[in-house]
Amino acid sequence: MEIERNELLRFSTAGSVDDGKSTLIGRLLYDSKSIFEDQLEAIESTSRKKGHDGVDLALFTDGLRDEREQGITIDVAYRYFTTPKRKFIIADTPGHVQYTRNMVTGASTANAAIILIDARHGVIEQTKRHAFIASLLHIPHVIVCVNKMDLVDFSEEVFTTIRSQFEAFAAKLLIRDIRFIPISALLGDNVVNRSENMPWYQDGPLLHTLETMHISSDLNKVDARFPVQTVLRPQREGFIDYRGYAGRIASGFYRVGDQVTVLPSGFSSRIKSIKGPNGELEEAFAPMSVALELEDDIDVSRGDMIVRSNNMPESSQDVEVMLCWLNNRPAQPRAKYTLMHTSNEQKAMIKEVMYKYDINTMERIKDDVELKMNDISKVKLRTTKPLLIDAYKDNRYTGSLILIDDQTNETVAAGMII
Amino acid sequence: MSKYYLSYLEELESEAIFVLREVWAQFQNPVILFSGGKDSIVVTHLAKKAFYPSKIPFALMHVDTGHNFPETIAFRDNLIKDLGVQLIVGSVQESIDQGRVAEEKGKSATRNALQITTLLDAIEEHKIDCAIGGGRRDEEKARAKERFFSHRDDFGQWDPKNQRPELWNLFNGKYFEGEHFRVFPISNWTEMDVWNYILQENIEIPSLYLAHEREVVWRNNSWIPNSEFLTLDDREEVVTKKIRFRTLGDITITGGIESEADTLEKIVQEVSAMRQTERGNRSDDKRSENAMEDRKKMGYF
Repeated sequence: MEIERNELLRFSTAGSVDDGKSTLIGRLLYDSKSIFEDQLEAIESTSRKKGHDGVDLALFTDGLRDEREQGITIDVAYRYFTTPKRKFIIADTPGHVQYTRNMVTGASTANAAIILIDARHGVIEQTKRHAFIASLLHIPHVIVCVNKMDLVDFSEEVFTTIRSQFEAFAAKLLIRDIRFIPISALLGDNVVNRSENMPWYQDGPLLHTLETMHISSDLNKVDARFPVQTVLRPQREGFIDYRGYAGRIASGFYRVGDQVTVLPSGFSSRIKSIKGPNGELEEAFAPMSVALELEDDIDVSRGDMIVRSNNMPESSQDVEVMLCWLNNRPAQPRAKYTLMHTSNEQKAMIKEVMYKYDINTMERIKDDVELKMNDISKVKLRTTKPLLIDAYKDNRYTGSLILIDDQTNETVAAGMII
Repeated sequence: MSKYYLSYLEELESEAIFVLREVWAQFQNPVILFSGGKDSIVVTHLAKKAFYPSKIPFALMHVDTGHNFPETIAFRDNLIKDLGVQLIVGSVQESIDQGRVAEEKGKSATRNALQITTLLDAIEEHKIDCAIGGGRRDEEKARAKERFFSHRDDFGQWDPKNQRPELWNLFNGKYFEGEHFRVFPISNWTEMDVWNYILQENIEIPSLYLAHEREVVWRNNSWIPNSEFLTLDDREEVVTKKIRFRTLGDITITGGIESEADTLEKIVQEVSAMRQTERGNRSDDKRSENAMEDRKKMGYF
């Protein structure tokens, strides 16, 4: 039996319960026949208990007990569905301001972000916040769904006005690809099936857009970066001298025979062999997990990076980053944190907070430099040894880092290198 | 489309291999939790690939309820021999004998919840700092919130509201003495993905997954296998049916479904047409709406 070679698309959804986010996800899953009978029965019975008419699709995304009791999303939840064209992973993130950290988490691996707007309310502060975060995390594609069109008589004018409002605001942001779709998640218009109520809308429904948007260029295919995770030394028959550098290609291509440089040592060699999950390869590319073998016997260990000799990342101990604070304990001035960047680990210090963003207005705040939960700010970090970095806008995986508080071991901040 | 893209299965495979290698790099003494079920078999298969040509650098740990399908144990022992890795068994029977836990009473008594104590005791005894599991986020609503690297405090407990944020592919496996991690390399796989992968890779699985004739009893809307551990009531009757299992666990609570699917291809076809979730046949999840969340908080798989 032939197994389809379909691609995987990861997208995040941001919006509050009031925008109909849960209903939208429920609708996508329901209309694409991804909800099982026993799940549907459970939802039907809960809907009846709560006194709803019909099935409340929003209940499908409820997770933890507290979330069901309070009717809110507390943490990122992951949902899965497949169509004949693609497999999808939804990172369902809460929309409230206090959950910025979860939105950042859900968006960090997404190809696309869906931003929901209530057609009755238009662009509100929350919309701007979501768009700002999508831009900050360089999500390649943003789909703005103007929901509850049924409550504004499916009016083209309402849709166009909201679209202009959003475009005016987004002009200040870095979003490569924005699309707008008028929908009614409750009734199903333009979610999976084309709306008969909005003949003025000519483009495809949401699912069609998700199924067909071009995503294979989302990953950086130019700069070859290979952070070494671990070294494989089998020392068994047939592989006595084998030394494989195991890792996942962060970006670019590697071919047998390529001239490569190991950083930070700077030693050069050629690629002798590439082992992929299914055996020997002539070439490999991101995001494959492979093991590289080099011609020369040089010292390579976890935290090193193998790159092509004619295309090197920057090496620096002073790094400017956009930092999102994720912890209840505010940043301690000049405190040392453990910094994780690719497979490398360093001690780092926040040397200077340059400014903080008001994430609702995008204005820069310069007189308050304390970093608290959910704050997004531009900071200067100093590390004990040089990091091998690229700008986040060019490379999500060599341009991102996290900070860990040594006193609690918690992940307290996420940084995007400028 | 260019040839430089991965299919979703290849992408999930590379993601899982990355996670397994990260475990090896970040922890001192990791094990794979091996139940004999398809998910832990797939995780073991991925570990083989992640470290090839080295052998899997972890032990396999089996939490044995004592209520096993004999097929599962035979399968486990064969696999251990093939891989040349160590097997650690945590025995629920021993936990009962030592008075660490008490057997549940009544007809629907199971050893499901008792496994938690056995598991945590084994983790402590063998100084395990990371237990790799085959849990998937599509299985159950509490699992949908689970991290790849999931922190457990020194009581082995999961705190779903205070999980470490997990961004990009940066996994924070730092812990204090006495704490440990559960790591789920196939978090992003669905049941369908697992079956497609087993088919694509031609991975050997216990024959219980294929349709076969078996003595069964109708209970909780599924066919529970007849075994020495099962207590029947007056209205229950043992019949012979052609069934297969969608999940494998404790023999007293793992329900089968009637099926003609006796090859991997037929299973994939059947699963893709299936309208019930696989855990619908597990009575451990039917106890209440929060059954899984509650068990997970206490330290369940």
